[in-house]
Amino acid sequence: MTVQEIVDRCQALYDDLHFNVVKEWKAAEPGRKAIGYLPIYVPREIIHAAGMLPVGILGGGDQLEVIHGDAYYQSYICRIPRSTIELGLTGRLDSLDGMLFPSICDVIRNLSGMWQLLFKDKYVRYFDVPQTYDDNIAGTFYIHELQSLRDDLGELAGRPITDDDLRRSIALYNDNRKALADLYQFRAGQPWQAPTSEIYLLLRAGMVLPVEEHSQLLRDYVAAAGREERPRRDNCRVVINGVFCEQPPLGLIKSLEMAGCYVVDDDFLLVTRWLLDDVPTTGEPMENLSKAFLHHSAATSAKFEPDKADKGKFLIEQVRNSGAEGVIFAAPSFCDPALLDRPMLQEALNRDDIPFTAFKYAENTGQLQAIREQAGTFADSIKLWSA
Amino acid sequence: MSKAAPQEVIKEPSMLKQKEMIDANFKSLSTANEEGRKVSSTFVPGNLNELLMCFDITRNFPEINALQNGMRKKSGRLIMEAERHGQSEDVCTYVKSDLGMMLQGNIGPTGDKLPDPDVLLLSYTGCFTFMKWFELVREKYDCETIMLHVPYQADGKITPNMRDYVVKQLKEDVIPTLERVSGIKFDIDRLRQYMRESAKAEDDLVWILQSAKNRPSPIDAFFGGVYYIGPIFTAFRGTEAATEYYRTLRGEIQQRLANGQGPVTPEGDFGKERFRLVVEGTPNYTNFREFWKMFYDEGAVVVASSYTKVGGVYDFGFRHDPDNPIESLADYCLGCYTNLSLPARIKMLCSYIDDYQADGLVINSVKSCNSFSAGQLLMLREIEKRTGKPGAFIETDLVDPRYFSAANVKNRLESYFQMLQQKGANQAA
Repeated sequence: MTVQEIVDRCQALYDDLHFNVVKEWKAAEPGRKAIGYLPIYVPREIIHAAGMLPVGILGGGDQLEVIHGDAYYQSYICRIPRSTIELGLTGRLDSLDGMLFPSICDVIRNLSGMWQLLFKDKYVRYFDVPQTYDDNIAGTFYIHELQSLRDDLGELAGRPITDDDLRRSIALYNDNRKALADLYQFRAGQPWQAPTSEIYLLLRAGMVLPVEEHSQLLRDYVAAAGREERPRRDNCRVVINGVFCEQPPLGLIKSLEMAGCYVVDDDFLLVTRWLLDDVPTTGEPMENLSKAFLHHSAATSAKFEPDKADKGKFLIEQVRNSGAEGVIFAAPSFCDPALLDRPMLQEALNRDDIPFTAFKYAENTGQLQAIREQAGTFADSIKLWSA
Repeated sequence: MSKAAPQEVIKEPSMLKQKEMIDANFKSLSTANEEGRKVSSTFVPGNLNELLMCFDITRNFPEINALQNGMRKKSGRLIMEAERHGQSEDVCTYVKSDLGMMLQGNIGPTGDKLPDPDVLLLSYTGCFTFMKWFELVREKYDCETIMLHVPYQADGKITPNMRDYVVKQLKEDVIPTLERVSGIKFDIDRLRQYMRESAKAEDDLVWILQSAKNRPSPIDAFFGGVYYIGPIFTAFRGTEAATEYYRTLRGEIQQRLANGQGPVTPEGDFGKERFRLVVEGTPNYTNFREFWKMFYDEGAVVVASSYTKVGGVYDFGFRHDPDNPIESLADYCLGCYTNLSLPARIKMLCSYIDDYQADGLVINSVKSCNSFSAGQLLMLREIEKRTGKPGAFIETDLVDPRYFSAANVKNRLESYFQMLQQKGANQAA
């Protein structure tokens, strides 16, 4: 496949707010089920092990007209819950047999209750994760939560999820993370060969495709992109931070690139890269998933940082490891996690003399000129004035 | 019903007593560092007041500082100070009021300097923002931070796994850290004793809140309720002073009941009760009295509110239990109002409307608190559907004066009261 063919396919998946690919997957075999989940993290391995398709739900973007959803929220609440409600109320999520709402913020937490009220015939679960990290305390709690999810999904599937089912799924998601790590490394090395507007679409494809298919798609892209001849520009290398929940419109990502920024790392769709190391495929799968979460997972605004000295460390490592020259903080309007975290992260960057700029967006932001100018000025300032 | 401009704010003896208690606590905080007493900063929902007292730790509540600054018209400039230092205009104004106060020298609402904390006890109960708030505060101080993660009651019940998790954190992390910070060994019998006091005050608080089932109601369970919950939600739960306060308050209310009187307002007696309301959401503190006046001028009394449950839900039977002190602390933390699911909150409010014979529901939705606010419009519809009682929806903020539009709020409330009037509300009264 060529890069264009892969990108076209991902673009089509991205544009399809009726989730036809999920319907097709379900129709291919009687009895198949699909489970939706919101950002940031759910253990997709368990859904997969139940024989179900995990489907990432990321709001309606800038192509969905939100009519019903706005009636459920005040003006000071972010966009993603209202467009998600819109997707639900207009039947676009009917192919989903259940929804998981991870603990990310109060808005998504409360959305779980709204879903219980609005979609009474669906399986709905608020997926709580620990904010403390001791195996004996938090691990025990979390393993129980994982087991409870496993039992629920087993019941929904009509068969128990065995340890071997889980180990197979863990191996597949390990492989998917490996393919993503290779993709990110490829982009960081040659960002002109792998624009983030394309990488983003590839990540989004992983929200609706079976994991096996997605891993192959990622590898096909890296192979195809390596064969392309694309112009190398004197762009500034940046990390984007804050885009972990409500998604920026694709046009915003393109605008950053047009403004002279190569995005070399980011926090898009963290569910795909939340676990930083392989999860062991031997031993107790629940315990392995728990330990991976507690000790080898990404730092993000929705997670408590127990050690003051480590605040911002993960972001700084992203900058260093990707060879970035600065950070663009892009946070959705009214996003408590991102906006409350931002001053602390900025302070950490200041201490390390890493330049940054910051703006807000909404998933339906249409006027990108100001953002483009800001990003362009930021890129110029780094290129012209940095030592 | 219109009242002449007041010469003096009317206060019940219990209110004066509470003011003395709060002032004394601020004084105690102001001298804590120099007197070598250890200080914690901690939050209202899920607070571990009895436990902290076991270690002789003085308790500072940033939310209380923020709301007190709001009531004293100081929060606006504090919020802007925090925004000048990089905080977004979009985020919680309690946080910004607190950070702004720290930036301006940490002078508390009463004018006394607030102490540097020795420990930040983050009871992470029912509010995501708490977590970031203490990370932000921690940037300034070099002290221990304890995270007590309290799982969310998403399915409307406390599971053994949730309780065990909180208990384990208390036993294996919170208590050992407090021992280390204070240098005092934990004495469970001391905790039991404080909890006995708590339970006494809790009994009286429930009696007080449920007195609003009477017609006329002798209390206002939202505006007046803010005062009633003050001691028990903060630094006084478990103290003899709190027990005495609630005994005094109960006596006052018993007397009002016997006299057939309504609540005391800042302008004196309430007058004729025309509308009985349940209120969901928090108060606005920057214009507290103005807001209250919009209700009592129309004869609208709040007979039950969810806000009086944010620091503990006691009216469905829970009490701090000296026989099971640690487990009881866990259940307390897990049971605070904003840690309940939306369906559970709806059920509670519907039961209030029925049990307190309310004519309707008012939701005061505040910009600052997504934990309360996200989903309130659906709550309104569901409660109207289930009870057949009409609801009103108004929007303000906790402590940001920029988000209190008196004319708009008044307009909406007046229309609502007219509608209730047309529906023949409280015809029996």
